[in-house]
Amino acid sequence: MSGGGNVLLTMAGYFASLSLFAFGGANAAIPEMQRVSVDVMHWMTAKEFNDTFAIAQMSPGPNVIIVALIGYHVAGLPGAGVATLAMCGPTCALAFVLSRVWDRFKAARWRAALQNGLVPVALGLIAASVIVIARTADHDLVGVAITAVTAIVAFTTRLNPLWLFAAAGVIGLTGLV
Amino acid sequence: MRERPHWRGCGRLANARFMTNSTVPASPEAGPINPGVGELFLAFVKVALSGFGAALPWARRMIVEQKRWMTAQEFNESFALAQFLPGPNVVNFSVVFGARFAGVPGALAAFLGLMLPPLVIVLILAVLYARFGELAVLSRVLSGVVCAAIGLLIATVAKMAKPLFTRGWDWAPLIALAAIVGVAILRWPLPYVFLGLAPVSIALAWFRKAAP
Repeated sequence: MSGGGNVLLTMAGYFASLSLFAFGGANAAIPEMQRVSVDVMHWMTAKEFNDTFAIAQMSPGPNVIIVALIGYHVAGLPGAGVATLAMCGPTCALAFVLSRVWDRFKAARWRAALQNGLVPVALGLIAASVIVIARTADHDLVGVAITAVTAIVAFTTRLNPLWLFAAAGVIGLTGLV
Repeated sequence: MRERPHWRGCGRLANARFMTNSTVPASPEAGPINPGVGELFLAFVKVALSGFGAALPWARRMIVEQKRWMTAQEFNESFALAQFLPGPNVVNFSVVFGARFAGVPGALAAFLGLMLPPLVIVLILAVLYARFGELAVLSRVLSGVVCAAIGLLIATVAKMAKPLFTRGWDWAPLIALAAIVGVAILRWPLPYVFLGLAPVSIALAWFRKAAP
């Protein structure tokens, strides 16, 4: 929390550059956020990062909101604002500019190759998030069972995930996890 | 002079709602209804507050089915760009969508509508966590919730992976696996893993396309 301006600048630069590699959305950037927040910058513990992830997933709206929570943890309200704008600004500007020319290349072979080629990378990055979070969270059978049941229910039904979170929270409350 | 703003502000919105009524046939000549800045803001507020985890289905429902601002085809094409770009997909999309109808003010309105309400909610939760995070009770609840959140993420991965496997992309699982090993097991920085894998994957996609 010391040297407010410096921390804000560091965060702005970090999230802005991270956003440019976050193919697959905010969930693809989770392992990198965890690596930097916990291992490199020591902004928070692994458990605090997992709590942050859980709170972000429980909240309505885009998943990217996790960066506001990390920013808040590091530098309060200004931190939340800076982290959110840094994570959204560059790619939104890119999207804004590209949307005007993108349709022109609809039939281009490079466009198809670019789009198709990036899908498996994005998929791998999101799958990596699962492992990184699970490493600290799923440390017993009950935890693994909650994860497995949620995965199956969310994959096969259209139940609102909030119900699954509520059930998991109650199980957590009993101290079984 | 007084009629026009009234019609723009309320009439269109009312009309758009009216048209979703299934008893009213949509006239093909009517064309798309262009939303104003205020409508864009409110529409994305609604999308933001409806969606947990994934805002995409809600955005589609609002834009294609309820308001009819875009056809399903137009929506898919616009969203494909936002999804292909790095960064938060739905946020990118809000900017592209807002700009399409109302330029820079439209882009800002859609962005703020999507981000402000969740930001307020999440900050309230952050304040509560900063104050009560040490409490064993809250810590236990979150330990349970995070296990469910992982499950939700697995379901997302499974849904994304399904078309890849049915399309018979022999190399795609290998690329995904390499990304997993690099990022989650070896814990290499994301930019290195990405810059190492993306060119290979794009090249494979390029040559596969060329194959008969």
